[in-house]
Amino acid sequence: MGVEGIGARVTRKEDKRFLTGKGRYTDDMSVPGMKHAFFVRSPHAHARIRSIDVSAAKAMPGVIDVLDGKQLQADGIGNLICGWMIHSKDGSPMKMGAWRPLAHEVVRYVGDAVAIVVADSSAEARDAAEAVVVDYEELPAVTESLVALEAGAPQLHPEAPGNLIFDWQIGDPDATDQAIASAAHVTEIEIHNNRLSPNPMEPRATLGIYDTGDDHYTCYTTSQNPHVARLVMSAFYNVAPENKLRVIAPDVGGGFGSKIYIYPEEIVCLWASRKTGVPVKWVSDRTEAFLTDAHGRDHVSKVKMAFDADHRIIGLKVDTIANLGAYMSLFSSCVPTYLYATLLSGQYAIPAIHANVRTVYTNTVPVDAYRGAGRPEATYLLERTMETAARELGLSPAELRRKNFIRSFPHQTPVIMNYDAGDYEASLDAAMEAVDWKGFSARRAEAETRGKKRGIGMSCYIEACGLAPSAAVGSLGAGVGLWESAEVRVNAVGTIEVLTGSHSHGQGHETTFAQVVADRLGVSIDSVNIVHGDTDKVQMGMGTYGSRSGAVGMSAVVKALDKVEAKAKKIAAHLMEADESDIVIENGELKVAGTDKTVPWFQVALAAYTAHNLPSGMEPGLKETAFYDPANFTFPAGCYIAEVEIDPETGKTEIIQFVAADDFGNIINPLIVEGQVHGGLAQGIGQALLEDVKYDRETGQLLTASYMDYAMPRADDLPFFKLSHQNTPCPGNPLGVKGCGEAGAIGSPPALMNAITDAIGDNSLTMPATPMKVWQALQTAH
Amino acid sequence: MYATGYHRASSVEEAVKLKGQHDEGRYLSGGMTLIATMKQRLAAPTDLVDLRHIADLHGISVDGRNVRIGAATPHAEVAGSSALRAICPAICDLAGKIGDPHVRHMGTIGGSIANNDPAADYPAAMLGLGATIITDRRWLSADDFFAGLFETALEEGEMVTGVTFEAPEKAGYAKFANPASRYALAGVFVARRADGVRVAVAGAGADGVFRHSGMEEALAASWSPDAVAGAAVDARDMLTDMHANGEYRANLVKVMAKRAVIAAG
Repeated sequence: MGVEGIGARVTRKEDKRFLTGKGRYTDDMSVPGMKHAFFVRSPHAHARIRSIDVSAAKAMPGVIDVLDGKQLQADGIGNLICGWMIHSKDGSPMKMGAWRPLAHEVVRYVGDAVAIVVADSSAEARDAAEAVVVDYEELPAVTESLVALEAGAPQLHPEAPGNLIFDWQIGDPDATDQAIASAAHVTEIEIHNNRLSPNPMEPRATLGIYDTGDDHYTCYTTSQNPHVARLVMSAFYNVAPENKLRVIAPDVGGGFGSKIYIYPEEIVCLWASRKTGVPVKWVSDRTEAFLTDAHGRDHVSKVKMAFDADHRIIGLKVDTIANLGAYMSLFSSCVPTYLYATLLSGQYAIPAIHANVRTVYTNTVPVDAYRGAGRPEATYLLERTMETAARELGLSPAELRRKNFIRSFPHQTPVIMNYDAGDYEASLDAAMEAVDWKGFSARRAEAETRGKKRGIGMSCYIEACGLAPSAAVGSLGAGVGLWESAEVRVNAVGTIEVLTGSHSHGQGHETTFAQVVADRLGVSIDSVNIVHGDTDKVQMGMGTYGSRSGAVGMSAVVKALDKVEAKAKKIAAHLMEADESDIVIENGELKVAGTDKTVPWFQVALAAYTAHNLPSGMEPGLKETAFYDPANFTFPAGCYIAEVEIDPETGKTEIIQFVAADDFGNIINPLIVEGQVHGGLAQGIGQALLEDVKYDRETGQLLTASYMDYAMPRADDLPFFKLSHQNTPCPGNPLGVKGCGEAGAIGSPPALMNAITDAIGDNSLTMPATPMKVWQALQTAH
Repeated sequence: MYATGYHRASSVEEAVKLKGQHDEGRYLSGGMTLIATMKQRLAAPTDLVDLRHIADLHGISVDGRNVRIGAATPHAEVAGSSALRAICPAICDLAGKIGDPHVRHMGTIGGSIANNDPAADYPAAMLGLGATIITDRRWLSADDFFAGLFETALEEGEMVTGVTFEAPEKAGYAKFANPASRYALAGVFVARRADGVRVAVAGAGADGVFRHSGMEEALAASWSPDAVAGAAVDARDMLTDMHANGEYRANLVKVMAKRAVIAAG
């Protein structure tokens, strides 16, 4: 692997910039004449707009202009859309209500944008926003999905009667019902998956610049996928044709999914820049982020799992209601369907599965993909059910899982997915060994002497990553393909630029992508620069989410490297008068195998560009582009075990141990992989113990709109993690990688909840297991 | 935040004068609550008179068992004072667990008690220690000073300049933090003095910081962790919010009281 190649624990190249405050984020961008925007937002969860009076605001100091939704619509700017078509089981298409970038008829959640104020300073814009008079006629609001489906509930969109967006199913209902009817045992459980706010460190921001000279727009934005942003803004929102719109996502401080989507603000700032003739910057504050960044999760499910007399699962029936908020966000429809129900087989051979999913409008901020996106919901449901079943059947949780593990590959599940490789027992064994499962009963007894309650719980997760085979997702309703692109540009002196459609916002691509190049060509990672995030520099790409950058983005780099290597070898063979098939690359040199003839890498590059002595007919230059479309998803899997100790006097949970045994396939950089797992675990533990978005049921006001009330995990909430890897290389891509970005958030919540419910003996506990809820459960139990 | 005038006072007299010149002005002594509130536009003083740079308001003096702490002394200084730790470690431990390092280096004892946030820690310490609050005009007992949620006996323009107390024989503080804000859901300060036992509770009471006579009597009769178990804490007297209802807070008050006694030794 070499000291910098694939598998090396290289520290991140980009960290010098980040740790010394030299990162360049959207809010760091400043252009001549730039002005500042503030959005007037709805204070009501649901209201009709009678009128908007901006006259007083326009007269405020420093104000350039105040613009509203009627003007936006008059200029032909389109509504926001959901880019993944789902059909209900009756064949009807999903019921998409209009999401106007600036509402001028009805507002549907607290924070819905109504007008934009552009002023000399952000403080003046904010002052003037308070002077915008919006006359609202308040309407009844509904925030919970179950209530929204009830007869007589407030109705959000005329397009969606009963607030139902779609009623979709997957799997075989009859076979599943028959399995349940014939079962020796059926475990039934209701599962709640709590609503979360993503909270990247950098809030969203955008800078819209309209150039009157060229009739051209530039959009700096906090995006995980700038090319998709350009495509969508151009094709659906009529902001500008693609060739007149440049989107730049510079350094981005975390996304976790929330920066995949196109939001109203970037569209409106671009339009406002044209209307006002000045560049317009908007930066979200933290409360605005809580109010307007897409939330995650928010499922309620009923589950039936059927077992035969030998404790083998023979059927799984799931009925899920997913809250999508007030509008359909860009990928909202695929999260509770194809990213969720297709994973309901987990690591288990289940002959019959049927899942029904209803998605619902409510007066809350839109819900879309958040780290894991559907797969945490599936894993939590399945692993809480497995744990419950093990308790009901009197089996150890490991025994029930071992009995049902898939053991031969490829494996076709009843819910689309075809698992390519895995060794689930290897991760289970490693995790149980690392946690000292056998010694748990002694540790529990010791804790009991101190008045503490110990519990242990496991979770065996699988996820589908490497999104995704384009034809497959197209057939399932996706509006885009999910391939990735790369260009490898060898400079005349042998240094290299890699232009990738992947986007790094914390993942460390500048290091890991360089390692792949270094490994192949024997050059140092310092001689390789990764270029991303600018539609003017980089060819079309699909961005970063769904743990896809390794499996798909790096595979595109490998394909481009194949072409570069082939051409370099031809040149080297020509220079050394050898046969091309005899050329090998070692330590930065091209050699004739079995001889002492070599030519350094930089000389090959120079030869390609001087073109004085190239093989006959060869084009000058050394630069290749490749597009890689994966043939299948990848399937990272693993086993997580949590051991907790509960203080029955306060209900507080302390995590004594947390073990993560993962199969990510081949690993490019273990240091970065461990960091990804740590971060994912922190978010999963946050979901299980701390985080909970709460709206007032009557008024629809967001109650958790700051860190005073929304509990984010902090370092002292987390234990030192014990990590291990049991890698089965992915057969589906050239590097054998599977993806590691989401596993921690997917696998950890059920492990913790299984441990806590084990400790307190109450299986009805819901996430987050706050001290008060645990204490209350203990009062009821005793 | 709305536009605000900022004035840095270098003496108590100058501060009082500056404040007097601005009807809608506020004293600023760390701003750990006020600045955050202003940033959310929930408070809009026209002027801020910063007290943190008044030399006379700084420092901790220990004379035998008598302690005086200047109002502008940051929490980190109280937490780190070896002279104070030698005679009253409970207040050092309390100060060392307020907020985070940033808060402990900016926030001050005067700012904390003048604000009297029901979930703040220092009011419990002042009440539990039977401290005297010194202002630019008078000396007030802690019992008279704290007057309900965010309410104190301070009059218009009156300014806390310091606190003084006699170190108790034993004292301890235990708090259970709100998982989100890390403010106290319940914080109990217990102190045993020659003239009796004082138990003060922060974070939990519907009317702000309060003394619990039942636990005081129980501990006066028997200074032991188990003594508080029999005391009644009425859930109806507790704050109720989305983080903790009255029953849970009432339970926490008893558990934290027990742990405060253990901490006191």
